[in-house]
Amino acid sequence: MNADHDARPSEALPARLIALRARTGWVLLAALALVAASFWSLDLQWSAFWSRGSAASMGRFAAEFFPPDTSPPFVRKVALATAETLAMSALGTLLASLFGLLLALPAARTHARALWRVPTRMLLNALRAVPELVWASLMLIAAGLGPMAGTLALALHTTGVLGRLFAEAIENTPPAPAFALRVQGAGPAQVLLYATLPQVAPQLVSYALYRWENNIRAASILGVVGAGGLGQLLSYHLALFQMGRVATILLAMLALVLAVDAASYFARRAMTR
Amino acid sequence: MTTDPVTLISPSRSLPRRDPALPGRLAWLAVSLLLLWPLLVLTEFRPWQMLEARSLRVTAHFLTGFLPPALNADFLATVARETWRTVAIATAGVSLALLVAVPLALIATASLSVSSLAGRMAAGPFAVRQATRALMVALRTVPELVWALVFVRVVGLGPTAGVLAIGLTYGGMLGKVFAEILESSDAHPTRMLLANGSGRLQAFLYGLLPQAAPELTSYAIYRWECAIRSSVVLGFVGAGGLGQQMDSSLKMLAGNEVATMLLVFFGLVALADAASAWLRKSLR
Repeated sequence: MNADHDARPSEALPARLIALRARTGWVLLAALALVAASFWSLDLQWSAFWSRGSAASMGRFAAEFFPPDTSPPFVRKVALATAETLAMSALGTLLASLFGLLLALPAARTHARALWRVPTRMLLNALRAVPELVWASLMLIAAGLGPMAGTLALALHTTGVLGRLFAEAIENTPPAPAFALRVQGAGPAQVLLYATLPQVAPQLVSYALYRWENNIRAASILGVVGAGGLGQLLSYHLALFQMGRVATILLAMLALVLAVDAASYFARRAMTR
Repeated sequence: MTTDPVTLISPSRSLPRRDPALPGRLAWLAVSLLLLWPLLVLTEFRPWQMLEARSLRVTAHFLTGFLPPALNADFLATVARETWRTVAIATAGVSLALLVAVPLALIATASLSVSSLAGRMAAGPFAVRQATRALMVALRTVPELVWALVFVRVVGLGPTAGVLAIGLTYGGMLGKVFAEILESSDAHPTRMLLANGSGRLQAFLYGLLPQAAPELTSYAIYRWECAIRSSVVLGFVGAGGLGQQMDSSLKMLAGNEVATMLLVFFGLVALADAASAWLRKSLR
């Protein structure tokens, strides 16, 4: 019987998709229940959304986006906001790389005692757990409206992300060069500067560039809470229902994101070649 | 240049004691400082403003309000309700995204093409697949926050805007990744089924899906986890849930309420993270 099964496994029945005695069945049921409860409890206005009047107002709304406002002064304003967005993301990433490296040193297992490691890791986790937009609205209180709050928000969140990645990179460096320097009597600072950092530098730079790519996208929307860049312009003109201008800003955002995507694609291809 | 015999014997004594990497590092430092200047101007980066007495007083007042976190029963009940709404918006959004993503992914998957069985894919199907891909790119290029802002104008404040925003953006993301997963799995069974006259849906269900199901489910669960984080953020533009509550508490500078909600948010994210990790591990 058993041998027969082994010889022709194709004849064995496949597991049933919904078997109530198996875990898959319960997980599926739980997922369905969660979905049903979500739709039931949310009082979504589907009827209003699909009604004829809403379709017409939706059409009017979409038509208002055309034509995009291309008057030179406004385009200049959008270009400035785009530059501001780029600057926010670049400076935020730069600050985050600096502070991330500073925090990665005590957080890495190689360079520090456990006494420092645990609190530093907790700090990094907390920084990372709060999304950029939440940081931005917190920073508005300390830094006021404008791009500085957005820059600081990006820097804080990214410090958490990069600090952890940097710490892992430092932990994974081959220990031999550091050991060789230590044997020759080099101090910890010299070991860091001449053995560890040169080895991990390419990886740190590539992590930082990857986060910069993310941060450009984040910076373009952070302004929605008032933290500068394209987002601030967007929420301002959206609040005034100037849809032609909103369309221009949206186009600028899309162009920025697509340009960044293309640049990173070509950079990656050039580097892997 | 004359070679000194002493140099050959003990190089450490007569070689100049200077850092060979120094000029390069100094040059990089100078260049980056030069590039830094316009950034500082454009971002109006003036951190000393934060240390002015008036600004410091506001910050200190807000931060001292964090302790103790607001724990009265009324507020906790509100937070619990809004937390559930956040989870519900994410779940409903991802369900909607799946409704968008699955058909798009099926249309876009090249291994389900009948015409490519006999060499090159025909022009019509090729155009349809490229158009579907372009649609998915368009859906996910617009950040969900922007979709939410636009939908808040159409359907008003509340969870509908959040659900629609997550549904559209995540529909594009899930569709793209689903199509990639389907195309990277072994196309041989599918092509055999198609060549023997089965329909595309049959070929998908019996050829592709059995191989790709764990990976597809795992990615969908991962996206659900991301959607929970993002639905908190969407609340800040008025799409309901924990984010909206946090936004109004922040505007009233109620530090204790913000502290409670941040703690709840940490807990929620950790819980979703653990649930998603457990589910994905049990899929393997």
